[in-house]
Amino acid sequence: MKLGKDPASSSRRGLLRAAGAASLATAGGIAQAAGNAENQPPNLPEWSRSLGPGVIEETYGTRSRHETAVRRYVPWLTPDRVSSVSFTPLADMHGIITPSGLHFERHHGGVPDVDPADYRLMIHGMVERPLIFTLEDLKRLPSVSRIHFIECPANGGMEWRGAQMSGVQFTHGMLSCSEWTGVPLKILLAQTGLRAGASWLLAEASDAAHLARSIPLAKVLDDAIIAFGQNGEAVRPQQGYPVRLVLPGYEGNMWVKWLRRIEIGDRPWFTRWETRTYTDLMPDGLARQFTFVNEVNSVITAPCPEKPLRGRPGFVEISGLAWSGAGRITRVDVSVDGGDNWRTATLQDPVLPKALTRFRIPWEWAEGQTAYLQSRAMDETGRVQPTITALRQARGVESIYHKNSIHTWLVDRDGTVVNVQIDA
Amino acid sequence: MSRLMRKVSVCAAAIMLVAGLVEAQQAPGPTAAISDLYQPFAAPPGERTRADIAWPAGAVALPSPIPGIGRPATTLEIAGWDIAVRGDGHNLPPGSGTAKEGEELYVTHCAACHGDFGEGLERWPALMGGRGSLRSDQPRRTIGSFWQHAPAVFDYIRRAMPYAAPQSLSNDEYYAITAYVLFLNELIGEEDKVDAASLTKLAMPNRDGFVLEARPDTENTACMNNCRQGRAVTVTMDSRRFVEPGSASGTDKPE
Repeated sequence: MKLGKDPASSSRRGLLRAAGAASLATAGGIAQAAGNAENQPPNLPEWSRSLGPGVIEETYGTRSRHETAVRRYVPWLTPDRVSSVSFTPLADMHGIITPSGLHFERHHGGVPDVDPADYRLMIHGMVERPLIFTLEDLKRLPSVSRIHFIECPANGGMEWRGAQMSGVQFTHGMLSCSEWTGVPLKILLAQTGLRAGASWLLAEASDAAHLARSIPLAKVLDDAIIAFGQNGEAVRPQQGYPVRLVLPGYEGNMWVKWLRRIEIGDRPWFTRWETRTYTDLMPDGLARQFTFVNEVNSVITAPCPEKPLRGRPGFVEISGLAWSGAGRITRVDVSVDGGDNWRTATLQDPVLPKALTRFRIPWEWAEGQTAYLQSRAMDETGRVQPTITALRQARGVESIYHKNSIHTWLVDRDGTVVNVQIDA
Repeated sequence: MSRLMRKVSVCAAAIMLVAGLVEAQQAPGPTAAISDLYQPFAAPPGERTRADIAWPAGAVALPSPIPGIGRPATTLEIAGWDIAVRGDGHNLPPGSGTAKEGEELYVTHCAACHGDFGEGLERWPALMGGRGSLRSDQPRRTIGSFWQHAPAVFDYIRRAMPYAAPQSLSNDEYYAITAYVLFLNELIGEEDKVDAASLTKLAMPNRDGFVLEARPDTENTACMNNCRQGRAVTVTMDSRRFVEPGSASGTDKPE
């Protein structure tokens, strides 16, 4: 039975709506989505007065139609969208897991449509037994599930010279965190065996770019995973379906997607992606090579330019994300005065190595108050997140990659939140 | 938006050069044998040596293999996929080409993005120029100014180009296109034969321009109170110069 709308009660609710608006105005200026008073107390909302869709209306569910957070890209960054990057809307993320549909994308030749029935992983080179694995083979082997962040080393790279991006989606959004499930690469290398002298491997993609990176064998044997699972389901096409490499803590470019081939060798290959790009040019004209680790970093995601404080004076929970490619986050300090005074934030469990870590700390903001919000993370190796000044002194402004400096949001008098850089 | 700011791009600082601009050739760098330098990975001596990663691998204890999972890869299968050419020229295929032979192929397959002279059109990467620019505030990373090894030029062009049809040409054609982009950079003559032997021998201008370095290279103390010691905060750059706070830097609409 479908319940109709009662015009009489409608007009009654109209009166109540006016009364509600009046009481809101007296509620200390707390901003609230205007919405439809007819769906608000004391009225019975529309969705409470009728039946909704049943099960399997959506056999693969999607989020509420009211949710609007999306990946975005920056047209001027790249010549086209095929070899390009999109950014995770970090301001809309809760906790530490990035929804797979909002995971940032970085492709060098677009997203291939790989048929899992034809998927093959070849492992050869300095091995005792060159082998080919099907997807089913991989799923038969002992597997692990681990939560790790992945970050493009160019994250923040547009801001070496100064603040120019409009919000946290673009200053830090080449960053996501998922639960990855797959076979430890060590298990696969046990299948093939290793010949004496093996010390590097090449991981190669099956996309049009055939992206390939050299990786020290020591890292691979430590914690690399050949992943077919992401957040409880198959790895998404944009993330390497059906199989990608997971290299916890290392720059995202090395987590080769659509992985087709692993070659074992005794030295690096010096591919285009470890010479022409993903090397860090220093002021003296020399470029650092094999700068694998994304070092300790953090950013406040609320408030931020996308989530201003306009019309919301009073209690603010400052919240953000910290991460380190070298291990666990041990502490995050937060300043609201541009780094003069700091308070230590609460870290949300679980605090996992090489995973995003959520931090939170309460604050009071008064209208008319200018503030400079900063977060400063530390990891278990003792690394302390540096200032932009210190990074520039060490590396100049042309190294593109691995910018992990303390970030500053200016909270303007009216509650607008602005991406700025300050003298620290 | 300032062009200066925009130029720091995600994967490539794509700088447009004036068509036809050819810079004076520099003397090639030292030519230590690459295989000596990196087998097994031997970090260069001195302070600029990376220290924070344990490499190469020491003795490794692998678990026991699990029988019956994975099948042997045949020589033919490996040959079909084993496209990786190392910086020292290992695995360069048979074949050869010259810049003269490569010019027409380049114009057909490459010039639409990279320009007739390798100058790079719109935001597509430039392939030539930039020598002497790496220490400047406008460094240009091209094959001639930045790439480390000539065999890697062949490797990349074959594995990923032409952009919309990778690995669609013959090895001779890839050698010829490689020759043409090296010729555009004045690294070889128009009629010089490019093959496995000559590419391996060719010293790239920036061959010794890469270093391994330890990080962290910055220090910060976790000061808690009065850290600015009375110094007022100065904003050195405000993003409102370029964009409105919010999502104005980017879009979800294809352009």
